[in-house]
Amino acid sequence: MDAVQALVANIQGLSSAGDISHLHVVLKQAPDSLYAESTRLLPVLDQLDPSKHSLGYLYILEACSSGSISKEQGSALVLPIATFINSCDTEQIRLAPDKFLSVCKRFKDQVMVLEEPLRGVAPMLTAIRKIQTSSEHLTSLHPEFLLLCLLSKCYKAGLSILGDDIFEVDQPRDLFLYCYYGGMICIGQKRFQKALELLHNVVTAPMTVINAIAVEAYKKYILASLIHHGQFSTSLPKYTSSVAQRNLKNFCQPYIELANSYSAGKIEELETCVQKYKEKFENDNNLGLVKQVISSMYKRNIQRLTQTYLTLSLQDIANSVQLNSAKEAEMHVLQMIQDGEIFATINQKDGMVRFLEDPEQYKTCQMIEHIDSSIQRIMALSRKLTAMDENISSDALFLGKVGRERQRFDFDDFDTVPQKFNI
Amino acid sequence: MEGDDETSGPMIDDEIYANGVGGDDEKRSRPIISSEQLDVEAYASLYSGRTKIMRLIFIANKSKSNQAMELEALRMAYDEIKKGENTQLFRDVVQMIGGRLGPDYAMDLAWCEMVDRRADQKKEKLENELNAYRTNLIKESIRMGYNDFGDFYYAHGQLGDAFKNYVRTRDYCTTAKHIVHMCMSSILVSIEMSQFAHVSSYVSKAEQSPEALDPVTVAKLRCAAGLAHLEAKKYKLAARKFLETGHELGNHYNEVIAPQDVATYGGLCALASFDRMELKNKVIDNLNFRNFLELVPEVRELINDFYSSHYASCLDYLGNLKANLLLDIHLHDHLETLYGQIRHKALIQYTHPFVSVDLHMMASAFKTDVSGLEKELEALITDNQVQARIDSHNKILYARHADQRNATFQRVLQTGDEFDRDVKSMLLRVNLIKHEYNLKGSRKP
Repeated sequence: MDAVQALVANIQGLSSAGDISHLHVVLKQAPDSLYAESTRLLPVLDQLDPSKHSLGYLYILEACSSGSISKEQGSALVLPIATFINSCDTEQIRLAPDKFLSVCKRFKDQVMVLEEPLRGVAPMLTAIRKIQTSSEHLTSLHPEFLLLCLLSKCYKAGLSILGDDIFEVDQPRDLFLYCYYGGMICIGQKRFQKALELLHNVVTAPMTVINAIAVEAYKKYILASLIHHGQFSTSLPKYTSSVAQRNLKNFCQPYIELANSYSAGKIEELETCVQKYKEKFENDNNLGLVKQVISSMYKRNIQRLTQTYLTLSLQDIANSVQLNSAKEAEMHVLQMIQDGEIFATINQKDGMVRFLEDPEQYKTCQMIEHIDSSIQRIMALSRKLTAMDENISSDALFLGKVGRERQRFDFDDFDTVPQKFNI
Repeated sequence: MEGDDETSGPMIDDEIYANGVGGDDEKRSRPIISSEQLDVEAYASLYSGRTKIMRLIFIANKSKSNQAMELEALRMAYDEIKKGENTQLFRDVVQMIGGRLGPDYAMDLAWCEMVDRRADQKKEKLENELNAYRTNLIKESIRMGYNDFGDFYYAHGQLGDAFKNYVRTRDYCTTAKHIVHMCMSSILVSIEMSQFAHVSSYVSKAEQSPEALDPVTVAKLRCAAGLAHLEAKKYKLAARKFLETGHELGNHYNEVIAPQDVATYGGLCALASFDRMELKNKVIDNLNFRNFLELVPEVRELINDFYSSHYASCLDYLGNLKANLLLDIHLHDHLETLYGQIRHKALIQYTHPFVSVDLHMMASAFKTDVSGLEKELEALITDNQVQARIDSHNKILYARHADQRNATFQRVLQTGDEFDRDVKSMLLRVNLIKHEYNLKGSRKP
């Protein structure tokens, strides 16, 4: 008990004195004693202020939560951790990111055990914002947070971090999960374009062995692509890792068949295919998406009609897209007009639909603004690309590799005049 | 498409009747193509050699439903084979006849045996001769020997062996003329074997001959090349070759193709694959090809009708010709495709100059009904071959003028988004790779 009390005193003293780095050293030497006392540490926390003594608080919390703890102990921990995350000092916790991440992970585990994922959403978001060095940085908390969002159906909260572009990754596995969960959240929000982008990242990411995340992502990618684009090309881009190119299709045979039957444009064919693999889709938890695929085919077929017809009766629409009645066709057309997917007017008197051209004339201020912002975005991206290029060209490892290869051909050149080669 | 065929069926029958009455005398002079039932005898008289037999057998196979025609064809094939030495083919034909033509056309075992025996003797003789030549190393004689062997096998229906022997003569060819001869023999056998890849290669070999070829040979080569392209479904190239065929061809190549065929094949392929300009310049104004077209007035007429936009009569001619063209050994496979393409071309051309088209008028011009026409147009519009939209309510087709400005804006924005996305995911991948590399580097420093 003395050791702990001494430590607490140390924390209080050093934190208020502002000598955080010294404190860090002290704390680093302490863990063994802390772990030994882990069960009795909780009350000690009351003596500390999470916003002022963040680092010390973090170490003690970490010690409390590590090791196996009972459910009651766990639920007792949830509240202090949440408060701590909300009020801790960013600079202090960044000194010990490992500890912080592990505390947050324990926190998420506990919330899951309590089956109250909603409680974890807000603190986790705060935690991510505090620990990440820039918005482009993917921490290992990202996937955990998205998982909580998914489980608590807080898709909107999830979208807030999916809007950031991620470039820096610590762990490939984090990225896989992040993109996979992110894709699911976007699908839940019907943002198929973004979902496709995320899932695409999973499928095409460099990998040396095939993994389950990629396989599941590929399944969802196929379905989302059918819903959004109405087509799916089975050929992966050539930068995809060869493992993925070889194996993915074998794992997703029913989905590939679904895509094939979709391309024929016949509802019955698609439905027989869905029936055939219904169990499989259900086991993969994708049946809901598969149903969306079916309804998207009606839309696709109606959209195709707008390309060929100026006017068409509702009955004809029903016939050509294989709907049961004109009434049903009207509902579909109405819905599509509402969603801005087609431009048309329905004349209920004689049951005719008049398809119009896209009224967008690209003349409005908003459009100009939109174009301008696109240009800005692309320019920023291009700057980033240049910076990246420069960064790599001056990377020691890269140069070492290139230099080694070069040396083989031209030893003198490399050795004596190193400034001569520019990459 | 099937729908229209049914509806326009009676009309075509009428047309057949009218044509049959009007053109009876003419028919006899150019029997190959008529709207009446094929005159097998006249048709067969256009050809000679093995192709005659094969064509007759082909007709017999295709016209199972029409027994009179089938037996007629088989009878003539029987007679023709008797003149030659191909006993295998003889047995096949006898089996196909199956005694239906009476005792005169039954199995003639004595003849078979005699021919076979003679063939064995001849083969032995040829072998001895060839061996003698080979020991003496007289190039020209060896070439002749192989060539004789080729002829021998060809006559007996062993096409593979014939081809091998003809090709073997190549090593002993001393003049360009010999090479051309070798090529022509190989082409002939290859066509019989339906090995059209060989045909193309030997045609180009013959054309590379340093000496100027005589016009008949050139025409023959053009025909062979045309056939090869036709079989490869390269209709445009086939049309060009047939159109280049010189009128010197005459009946010199009737062991492969009759001049009437050149007109039909060339005409149909041209219609299916040429645009209006090409059709005018290369077909209608082509003096040379006109000679061929004169042999088959129906094809000439239908090309002219097509060019002058009389689609109904053009399609009528096509419909009338169809039954007989289906009996053609080379064209039958491609007829549906060609007809489909010609019809599409006609539809596209019809709509092209108008801002709006009344579908009723268009349907009557194409002898079909409005709903069928709508379906066809829908397919063409979906394929982006016709830039128009259908007003299904008032049955009018409106041309659609693509708004370049809007399309450009749309494309620019889309391209920008795609670029954005691609670059981002690329940067991400680069980072992953870098990370992996760093890991490797740190593991084994």
